[in-house]
Order: sequence, then C-alpha cells, then structure tokens
Amino acid sequence: MSVATTTSSRPATARRTTIGLKILMAGTGLVFVGYLLLHMFGNLKALAGEEAFNDYAENLRTVGEPFLPYAGLLWIVRVVLLLSLVGHAYAAYSLWARAGSARRTKYAAVKTAARTAWMRWGGTFLLLFVVWHLLQFTIVKFSVNADKQGPDVQQNPYELVVASFQVPWNTLIYVLAMVALAFHLSHGVFSASQTLGLTGSAQAYRRAKLLGHAVAVVIVGGFLVPPFAILFGLIK
Amino acid sequence: MNLTLKIWRQAGPRHPGELVTYKVKDISEDMSFLEMLDVLNEELNAKGEEPLAFDSDCREGICGSCGLMISGDAHGPERTTTCQLHMRSFSDGDVITVEPWRANAFPVIKDLVVDRGAFDRIIQAGGYISVNTGSAPDAHSTPVPKENADRAFMAAECIGCGACVAACPNASAMLFMGAKVTHLSELPQGQPERDARVVSMVDQHDHEGFGGCTNVGACSQACPKGIPQDVISTLNKDLRGALRG
Ligand code: HEM
Ligand code: SF4
Ligand code: FES
Repeated sequence: MSVATTTSSRPATARRTTIGLKILMAGTGLVFVGYLLLHMFGNLKALAGEEAFNDYAENLRTVGEPFLPYAGLLWIVRVVLLLSLVGHAYAAYSLWARAGSARRTKYAAVKTAARTAWMRWGGTFLLLFVVWHLLQFTIVKFSVNADKQGPDVQQNPYELVVASFQVPWNTLIYVLAMVALAFHLSHGVFSASQTLGLTGSAQAYRRAKLLGHAVAVVIVGGFLVPPFAILFGLIK
Repeated sequence: MNLTLKIWRQAGPRHPGELVTYKVKDISEDMSFLEMLDVLNEELNAKGEEPLAFDSDCREGICGSCGLMISGDAHGPERTTTCQLHMRSFSDGDVITVEPWRANAFPVIKDLVVDRGAFDRIIQAGGYISVNTGSAPDAHSTPVPKENADRAFMAAECIGCGACVAACPNASAMLFMGAKVTHLSELPQGQPERDARVVSMVDQHDHEGFGGCTNVGACSQACPKGIPQDVISTLNKDLRGALRG
C-alpha cells in the first residue's frame, strides 16, 4: 500500500500538483474550442459553393503575406495545435492513471460515474478520429468514394469533401465523432471554467454549465450541416 | 421491518476482507442506521461472534466520524450523515450493502472503520492561520463584509467526514480542500498565508494518493453539509494565483 503517513518532504510547487495538470488540460482544451469555432466557420463555406470554399482554403495559406511566408500562419496554428494535443493527452492520461490507483479496492455496490468515463473514452475516440480525419483530408488526401478517384478529386478540397461525404459509412464515422465531441465539450467547457477558477459563485457556476451546453450545440451543429447537406444531395 | 445486510468484514489492515450476509428482524423505522447496526452487534455479542466495528461519536451529525457507503451512496440515500439517517428511508425486505469508504488514502483499519488521518495531514500542511496568542481581540477589530462572512461560514460547515472522497470516481479530496481553503480565503485573517497555504495543502493531498478532480460533482451530491462545487473553483483560483506569484 502506498499510504502516506508523513507530510510531503519535497518542496511544494504549484505547477507539479494535480491542479497544475488540470490547468494545462483546461488551457489546451480552450485552444481547441477556439480552433473548432474557426474550423466550423470554414466548413460552412462549402454551402456557398466550390469557389468560395476553395478560395477560403487558399486564403488560409496566403493570410499574413508578405510578413509571413506562404502557409506561414497555417503552420504556426498547426504547431500550436499539436503541442496542445500532446499536453492535453498527457494531462488526461496521467490523471486517468492516477484516479485508477487512488482506489484499488473497488466498491461492490457501484454507482457509475458516466461523465468521467465519457470524457476519457470519448476523448480517446476523438484522438483516433483526429488521426483518421487528418490522414483523409490533410496528410494523404485519399478518397473513399469508388466513383470519384484521381488527382482532380484529391487536389481539389471541395471535390474531396463532397466525394467523401457522399459515402454513408464515412459520414457515420464523422457523426459518431461529433456525438463524442458534443459530450466532451458540454462537460469540458464547464470543467475548464471551474478549473481556471472562474465559477466561484453559484451564479457563475450555473452560467458556465449553460455555456458548456451552448458551445457544444453551436460547434457540433455547425460541423454537422455540410456533411448532411452532401449526403442528402443538397450539395453536389 | 426485516432487512438483509451485506456488510464488509475485515479483521485488520492487512487482512483480506469480504462481504458477509446478516439478517436483522423487527427494526423500527424510527431507529437511526447506526442504532440498527447496534442491534445487530448485540445479537452478534449474544452469539459470541466478533461484533462489527464502525465509527461514531456525536451521533448528531456534527463530528463527521460515522461515514459508511450504503448500497453505493455515501451516508445512504438521504443527504445527511449516517447517524442522522433513519430506517424509514428503507423498506421491509431491502437488501443493503454496507462498505467502508474506499480510497487508498483512507486505509481500512477494521471492518467499516477507515483511517482518515490523511485529512488531518492536509490541514497540518496549511489549513490554519498563524496568530499571536494572548487575550482574544475585540470582535469588531477586523471588519468582514457580510457576503464574505456568509461564504466562509458556509464552507466552515464541512465536518471532514470524507463522503466527498468516497463518492468521487477519482477518489479526489478537492471538495474537502476547497471547503477548507474557501473558509480561510474569504476572511482577512486568511490573507497573509493564502498562496503558501493552497500550495502546501494541494501538495499534501497529492502526496497522500488522492486522485485529481474531473468536476463532475459527485462530491457535492454526497456531502451531508451541502458544500457546493464552487468552493473547488475558489481552490483552483487560489492555486492559479500561487502559480503566478
Ligand atoms: C487525446 C485524447 C483526449 C482525451 C483522453 C481527452 C480527455 C479529456 C479529459 C479527461 C478532460 C477533462 C475533463 C475533466 O477532468 O474535467 C478533457 C477536457 C477537455 N477536452 Fe479533451 N480529451 C482528448 C482530446 C480532446 C480533443 C481532440 C479536443 C478538442 C476537439 C478536446 C477538448 C477538450 C476541452 C475543450 C476540454 C475542457 C478542458 C477541461 O476540462 O479542463 N479534448 N479532455
Ligand atoms: S466537504 Fe462535505 S463530504 Fe467532504 S468532508 Fe466536508 S462535509 Fe464531508
Ligand atoms: S457520529 Fe458524528 S456525524 Fe455521525
């Protein structure tokens, strides 16, 4: 048994505590929320047609020129996101492992802790989805649509998106990820507010809960519009 | 009423334990849960069996020593302490599982009794204010705004029972610590040691092996004193303040 009967002997620092890890998780989580809002806005350009969507994609690469090189800002954002993901996952899995060993003898009569499990397993699912999603649209740019193959599809962002979401199983994976994201955000945004110490009154606490649900609905709702529009043939 | 009890029996800290089934008969619904266990113990004594060990002291809901996990609920189905829980909250024929608080930081001493010394060590690490002793200062020498006084009193209601840890999916003691930190942070007397206090207490909490918090609020739901989750926000804010300082 690793039971402490003494006071801690190492010098106490705020950064090394479990709350320090939570602050890391909250900060990186909020980076994701900001990014997701922008990403969702970009996706909605698909409704405005091929030109608007592809122009937007190109503008992402030229923004900041001539002060930044071509795709400069895009790469800055990518690096920030990647570092955030590493930090977020590191904190999440460390705390998960810690929670597992904080109660080695389990209760015989259990009450399930659904939200905690949703954050951890749902977050892991999101991580796998992010890898799949990046391979599909950013790194390899492959088409899962048997009727639409070749460089014309792969090198045209709009065509690739339309081709991909015409395939029902591909859309299903996306929808499942959005369900996981909705749960993750509705608790995550509240939780981050609490972790950052912004909910120190009953009123602020209630507002943060509402904000979490609102952010989840807006982001996930926005992300689901283009794929469904494509699946049902509103966008071709 | 007649009940079936499945109770955790464990002879000592290093002994294996198991759930043992007992039947109790003719329990009055006006008894408290602990009185019902007293009845069981009298029967065990009469039969020459080892009586069940469980903690209690005040039996009026203020000392915090009587915590039991009752069919998966800390202190049972009502929001109160086990000593203040009445048998009318149960029905004839119920099967009730009784377990000790489960957390590595609260090792079992015997049967349902756990060692909550970890809480004392968290308090020793910083949950106090340093003052010169002598005659008591005049009550109005340090004015405290009513709002702060109210919140400090609310937080000070924590009786250190450990139900928050027992109910938490991560076995985290953040609600307990949040209550203690909020109690002192709301008051002028708590300001000089504010940063050092929170760092030492959280460091000791982690050292004891409690888990981290996921803000799901199982703690507040289980707390017999209704300590709200927002005290954890105050704890986090103080820690963030110390991080900068
Ligand atoms: C690597 C896989 C991931 C895991 C295991 C994971 C797990 C978690 C966990 C356990 C929390 C904390 C809940 C709490 O303790 O209160 C959390 C918070 C959060 N996550 Fe994730 N997550 C992952 C990926 C993601 C992704 C890809 C996003 C963005 C799309 C994201 C966005 C958030 C946000 C906004 C929060 C709120 C911050 C907070 O609660 O402090 N997470 N995540
Ligand atoms: S916060 Fe509530 S549940 Fe936790 S120790 Fe204090 S009184 Fe008990
Ligand atoms: S015995 Fe004191 S609170 Fe229950």
